[in-house]
Amino acid sequence: MIRVSNLGIVFNQGTPLEKHALNGIDLTVEPGEFVALIGSNGAGKSTLLGAIAGDTLATEGTIVIGDRNVTRWPAARRAGIVARVFQDPLAGSCGSLTIEENLALAAARGTKRGLAGALPRSRRAYFRDRIATLGLGLENRLEDRMGLLSGGQRQAVSLVMATLAKSDVLLLDEHTAALDPHMAAFVLDLTCKFQAELSLTTLMVTHSMRQALDAGTRTVMLHEGKVVLDVKGEERKGLGVDDLVDMFRKVRGQDLEDDALLL
Amino acid sequence: MTEIAFWGAVELGLVYAFVALGVYLAFRVLDFPDLTVDGSMPLGAAVSAVLLVNGVNPWLATGAAMVAGAIAGVVTATLNVRFKILHLLASILTMTALFSINLRVMGRPNVALLMQDTVLTPFYGQGLADYYVRPAFLFVLVVIAVALVAWFLRSEFGLAMRATGANARMARAQGVRTDLQIFAGIALSNALVGLAGALFAQTNGFADVTSGVGTIVVGLAAVIVGETLLPSRLVTVALIGSVIGSVVYRIAVQLALSADVIGLKASDLNLVTAALVAIALILPRLRKKGRASS
Repeated sequence: MIRVSNLGIVFNQGTPLEKHALNGIDLTVEPGEFVALIGSNGAGKSTLLGAIAGDTLATEGTIVIGDRNVTRWPAARRAGIVARVFQDPLAGSCGSLTIEENLALAAARGTKRGLAGALPRSRRAYFRDRIATLGLGLENRLEDRMGLLSGGQRQAVSLVMATLAKSDVLLLDEHTAALDPHMAAFVLDLTCKFQAELSLTTLMVTHSMRQALDAGTRTVMLHEGKVVLDVKGEERKGLGVDDLVDMFRKVRGQDLEDDALLL
Repeated sequence: MTEIAFWGAVELGLVYAFVALGVYLAFRVLDFPDLTVDGSMPLGAAVSAVLLVNGVNPWLATGAAMVAGAIAGVVTATLNVRFKILHLLASILTMTALFSINLRVMGRPNVALLMQDTVLTPFYGQGLADYYVRPAFLFVLVVIAVALVAWFLRSEFGLAMRATGANARMARAQGVRTDLQIFAGIALSNALVGLAGALFAQTNGFADVTSGVGTIVVGLAAVIVGETLLPSRLVTVALIGSVIGSVVYRIAVQLALSADVIGLKASDLNLVTAALVAIALILPRLRKKGRASS
C-alpha cells in the first residue's frame, strides 16, 4: 500500500527559479492495485514517482509505504520495499556488467551485501529459469554484457530484475515510452503478467491515454501538481479515450494542447 | 641491460603492481580519478620506515602503512561525498596535505633503513641472491593481493561497488549505499598504495618524502598497458593485466634508459614515463581507426 498525504515538492525553493512541482497530492493506492498515472508534460507524474522512490525528498506532507512512514528515508533505504523500472533502458541496468551480474545486483535489493560470492551456481540456475520465461532467448546469453542488448530486451530484463527481490511497491516510469511499438506492447503485456502473478502494488506513469485505460485497475490524472481525475471499477470500464479527453477538459476548463496524450 | 638491472626493473614493477591494483579500483571500478596516491605511497613508506626504525615488527609496520593509506583515502572520500568537493580536487587537497604530514611522520625528508629487519630479512641468505629474493617475495604477495581483490570484486559487496562506478542511480535504486561504496573503495585503493609504499621502503632501504611524485601516472600507465596487452571484460583478467602492465612498463623504462644509443639519462625518467603512457593511450585508438578505415 502507498499512502501519499498532502505531498508538496518545491524545486529551487527561495530562488527566482522556484517551481512547485507537486501541490498537496493525496493519493492512496491499495495493496495489489495497479494505478496508471497520466498527465501532460510537467504535470508532476515523474516527480511523484521520484518522491515515492526517494530521489527527491518531500518539501511537505508524508509518504507511507506498507505501514512505514518513509518520508525522510533516502532512496537506497527505500529500495528495500520499492522496485523500479526507468524510462531510459540505459538507466535501469549497468551496461558494463553482464546480464547475470545485473540480476544478482537486483536479487540482493533490500538485503545486506556481504563478501559471499554474488553468483553461486544455484543462483545462476534460478536466473536462467527466470530469464527463459521471457522467451527472448536471453537465457543463453547470461554472461553477455547488458550493453549488448537492445532497448526492449534491456527493459524486459529490467522488469525481471524488479521482481527478483520482494517489494511492497513497483514503480514504472514510462518504461515503454522509449521502445518501438512491438517491443512496447511486449513489455506492457509482461508488466501486466508480473503484476497479476505477484499482485504487486503498482504505480505506472504513462504518456498514452490508451495505455492508461487498458492497463491496470485504476486511472489517475495529474495536472499542475494536483490530482484532477481518479477513476476505477465500473466507471473506468465504460470510458474511452474520448471520454477521458472530455473529462480532462471539464476538470481543467481548457483544451488539450498536447497531442501526445491522445495516442 | 644487465641481469641485475632486469630483475631490479621486475622488482620495482611488482612493487608498483600494488599501486596499479589500487588505481584500477579507483579509476576503473569506481570511476573516481583519485590522485591521493601521490601522497599515500610515500605515507606508507614513511609510516613503515619510522616504525621499523623504532623496532616494531616488520609485518606490523607494513600493516600500519596500509591502515595509514586507508585513512588518507577516507579523507579524500569524506571531502568528496560528505562535502561535495569534486573528486579530482578532493584528492589533490589530500595529496597536498600529505606532503606535510609525511614530513611530520618522518621528522625529516628521508629515513634510511640500512640495518633494520624488514619483511624480507628472513628470506635473505637462504642460497638465493638478494636480487632474486626480492622479486620472488613480491611476486607471492602480488598473487595473494590479486586473488583477494578478485574475490572481493566478485562478492555481493564488490558487485555493488562496480555498479556504483558504472551507474550510480541504478545502484541506489537497487538499494546500494553508493556513498558507503565510495568510502570503502577509495580506502581499499589507498590501503593497497600504502602497502606499495611500505614495500618500496623495505626493498630499497629508504623512505623519501619526494618519492611519491608521479605515482599516479605510473599506476595509470600500468593499468592502461595491461588493458592494451590483455583486453578483457573480466575483472580477474583486468587485475592480472594491471600487474603485467606494471612490470612490462618498468622493463620498458629500464630498456629506454639503458640503451646508450638514445642517450637518455636517469633524470629523464619522468619524460620517458609520460611518453610511454601517451603511447599506451594512443595505440588502441590508432588500432581502432585502422580497423574502421579498412
